[in-house]
Amino acid sequence: MPMLSRVAENLYWMARYVERAEDTARLVNVTNHLMLDLPQRQPLMWSAVVDITGGSEDFANLYDQPNDRNVMQFLCADQRNPGSILSALAQARENLRTTRDVVPREVWEATNQLYMAACTQAEAGLGQGRRELFLKEIISGCQMMRGLVEGTLSYGTARTFMVLGRQIERADMTTRILDVRSGNLLSRSSEDMRPFEHLQWMSVLKSLTAYQMYRQHVRLRVRATDVLTFLLQDRNLPRSVTRSLWDASKALMSLPRHERALAAVTQVRADVAEADVGGLVRSPERLHDFINDLQIGLGDLHDAISRTYFTPLETVMQMPAA
Amino acid sequence: MSRVDWQQYCSNEFYDELMAAPGMPREAARMLCDVLAGFAPSELAERKTAAEIAIRTMGITFTVYSEGSMIDRAWPFDIVPRIIPADEWRRTEAGLIQRVEALNLFIDDLYHDQKVIKDGVLPAEVLAKSVNFRPQCVGINPPHGVWAHICGSDLVRGDDGTLYVLEDNLRIPSGVSYMLENRNVTKRVLPELFSSGRILPVDDYVPQLYDMLASMSPRHSDDPQVVVLTPGIYNSAYYEHAYLAQQMGVQLVQGSDLMVDDDDVVYMRTVRGLTRVDVIYRRIDDDFLDPEAFREDSILGVPGLMRAWRSGNVALANAPGAGVADDKVVYAFVPELIRYYLDQEPLLANVPSYLCMREEDRRYVLDHLDQLVVKPANESGGYGMLMGPQATREEREAFAERIKADPRNYMAQPMLKLSTTPTLFDGRPEPRHVDLRPFILSGQGSTYVTTGGLTRVALNKGSLVVNSSQGGGSKDTWIVETEMIDTRAAEPGLAETGLAETGED
Repeated sequence: MPMLSRVAENLYWMARYVERAEDTARLVNVTNHLMLDLPQRQPLMWSAVVDITGGSEDFANLYDQPNDRNVMQFLCADQRNPGSILSALAQARENLRTTRDVVPREVWEATNQLYMAACTQAEAGLGQGRRELFLKEIISGCQMMRGLVEGTLSYGTARTFMVLGRQIERADMTTRILDVRSGNLLSRSSEDMRPFEHLQWMSVLKSLTAYQMYRQHVRLRVRATDVLTFLLQDRNLPRSVTRSLWDASKALMSLPRHERALAAVTQVRADVAEADVGGLVRSPERLHDFINDLQIGLGDLHDAISRTYFTPLETVMQMPAA
Repeated sequence: MSRVDWQQYCSNEFYDELMAAPGMPREAARMLCDVLAGFAPSELAERKTAAEIAIRTMGITFTVYSEGSMIDRAWPFDIVPRIIPADEWRRTEAGLIQRVEALNLFIDDLYHDQKVIKDGVLPAEVLAKSVNFRPQCVGINPPHGVWAHICGSDLVRGDDGTLYVLEDNLRIPSGVSYMLENRNVTKRVLPELFSSGRILPVDDYVPQLYDMLASMSPRHSDDPQVVVLTPGIYNSAYYEHAYLAQQMGVQLVQGSDLMVDDDDVVYMRTVRGLTRVDVIYRRIDDDFLDPEAFREDSILGVPGLMRAWRSGNVALANAPGAGVADDKVVYAFVPELIRYYLDQEPLLANVPSYLCMREEDRRYVLDHLDQLVVKPANESGGYGMLMGPQATREEREAFAERIKADPRNYMAQPMLKLSTTPTLFDGRPEPRHVDLRPFILSGQGSTYVTTGGLTRVALNKGSLVVNSSQGGGSKDTWIVETEMIDTRAAEPGLAETGLAETGED
């Protein structure tokens, strides 16, 4: 029985939302740690994080000051921000509700519990003391949901669309986390930031739970070029952009009518493979532009998937004459 | 707490489904009553908890709208089943088949020659003012000439022991999934009672439903594409839509999943492209089914669906327009319709009804508003009714004006003394009022009736409201094979009720 487009779209977005909740928690966490480690607080920093999530406009409409408290609230708990952790979990839950018959019951229950627990914690407040715990629980809750899917959902169309959504969101969010380092965050000219550079890259690695893997595979001290190469191009690190996109490609190959989407993902993979990492490290502006281009490429990939599998009009046109 | 003591159970002036008199179970209920009385209070409590856990883990819910959001509530369930002897049920079944056959002939007649009006059996005025008559359906020939493929008729028992038909739901009757789930829960909770083999199984419904739907396919293939069309998760019966789709192994679709092309064929949108759909079990009202034909503002439906149906490229169950017979005024004519179309005497009784369009009836109704239930012709779910004995004087006067303004739209019935059945509260059985909704499937030349049906129970003391959203619950319904009448007459205390137990006119 072929899967309904609506169901496929719901599952795809469900997986994207769960990944988004987790990676936003990682993004907030890395920023948080950087702030604690750096010698002086950078007033621009928090607004740059909002920028990276693409929420500047919403933030400006809802808050006056981009301070610690407001930005934490906006990114984690504010359901008026469609990109907040709570919004993402709420959307994942809503999407699952309509596809409960396709996914094992435990997955629904875990999502429901994670959302409820996150709401309770967010209500209790996200001050410095609580924040780390909140973010860690979001991350492990999302991991658990994915583990349930991994261990219980049959290999088939439902799983394929969930893998697609998750991997595309993960590639997207990894590039955004790299962007934290791309200059907007720290005053680019200040020479006195240099000694802390390796600290920043270490934070990026840790936020992606990639520090240990880096030490094992790169066997070098933390250096900008190596870290960026590792996170962009490593084939084996689960959260590297290359690996995420390779998994998305494999998922696409198991679907019918995948030509257009496969062409889009191949293009992004080529861009990543051919990146001049040394040049990107030397120029924060170039890194930022490069990441922007990748995100546009990922947007094209999503469009191709959506037009092929989700959007009704396109499907009608591709229909052979009855 | 002490054990269940049936001597203490008293249903007063109401007919009780299980007990003939305090301490005297009816024949079919004796085994159950003995087993329940044999349980230690702790064991009874354990069984009740087991049922609650089963309902939670099986995820049996219904959806209510509350404070701006939708909530899935656990299905309210009582472990004490309602029991009907098999011989009585066979007569009831025959009556239901007769009734639905006549109703289908009636609907088909209304959309074709309207002989029933020409022959003076149904006043033209009734049809002229019917809100559920769909001019769009005139002249259409649905498969097998059947319009109401799935019917849910509500039966109630009066204090004389007679089962009456209260209404026929011919549009999109719901509840069958709960009937099936109630049995699954009861089997887990009271397994020892099923080993006797005297309780007839109910689980034939889903295969029967699928076969009937598949038989309606316009294409002659072994594997017709059958789908269940739901308005979506916010519908109170969404659980049932998902349940039936899953049990039949067919797709659960929403309006946006379907499209009708210029070739008047219905397709569903899948990741493989468009797939042709042959049969739609639709759980969306006529009004919202097709914005091209009915309400333009409907976003639930499928534009062009009526075109496809009219062209014979897709089958719809139930057929649009079937609701014309689902009208409280038409209801009053059903015994006449059975005589007219089948040339038979009705096997099941109607509740005596007064039609306000008849001058004599209207005068009686207006004079006796404090004793009657007055219903508008085309509302379901108990909306817009006047419960005369419970209404205030002002309410009755206001209602009288409405009747005078639009007599065709109202009918009245005496307040029925609905039967009761034992229902557990704190480990003690108490009488609560019940109704029964059997489901009738009309397919190609054969009619199937569920074994029993969904018993709904008004959980609040004295209440007659069985709706789950308003304090209603449900129970399993057992059709039980018993020995013949002569053994029953030998039971002390049962002989005098033997007469009342026959469920016929």
